[in-house]
Amino acid sequence: MQVLYFAWIRERIGLPKEQVETTAGTVAELVEELKVREERYAVAFADLASVRVAVDQQMVDLDASIIGASEVAFFPPMTGG
Amino acid sequence: MAIRVQTGDFDISAETAALTRGRDDIGAVVSFTGLVRGGGDVSQMELEHYPGMTENALRDIESRAVKRWNLQASTIVHRVGPLQPGEQIVLVLAASPHRQDAFDAANFMMDYLKTRAPFWKKETGPAGGKWVDARDADDDALLRWDA
Repeated sequence: MQVLYFAWIRERIGLPKEQVETTAGTVAELVEELKVREERYAVAFADLASVRVAVDQQMVDLDASIIGASEVAFFPPMTGG
Repeated sequence: MAIRVQTGDFDISAETAALTRGRDDIGAVVSFTGLVRGGGDVSQMELEHYPGMTENALRDIESRAVKRWNLQASTIVHRVGPLQPGEQIVLVLAASPHRQDAFDAANFMMDYLKTRAPFWKKETGPAGGKWVDARDADDDALLRWDA
């Protein structure tokens, strides 16, 4: 699936998006997989209270399923307007 | 109902004219314009967004407002990219037969946009760049519409 990063999460991981092969069933499992891959992911996901998630462009909680999803995005709380 | 995400500026008069053109049933148009606040150290503001999801979120905000108020027409324009202090950043227009629905719908759409549309602000100053923190007050502003 395509995994996208925005704002300071994008900066900490160092790229805006990537293709990820995963067997994770939920967002939280995907985060755990990413965190052990490399230090930059662990840094980006160190404080999950300030991370928001969208699966296929719908806001969801960390325990949401990603099975069958084509796009998962991680970003901080929104600050538009 | 129109939503746009763009790098360029917008003209509130032209947007209002486009909203009301060819109809005489509108009695009130309320507009809100957000400006980039400088004040001291901020020399530039960079607006990032999530293309695709942003447009969906703005359409969702409009459709929620339509369900709740007698909203005859609306426009949401949000700019992205680098902006200078003092520049226009967001426009919300709400048209209805009477003013109260237009006021409330515009207010509601801005509150929703603040916390539900995927935009992020980064301020640049002498010390470098800093991502703007979300404000609890914005979440609280949204909650009052649930009552």
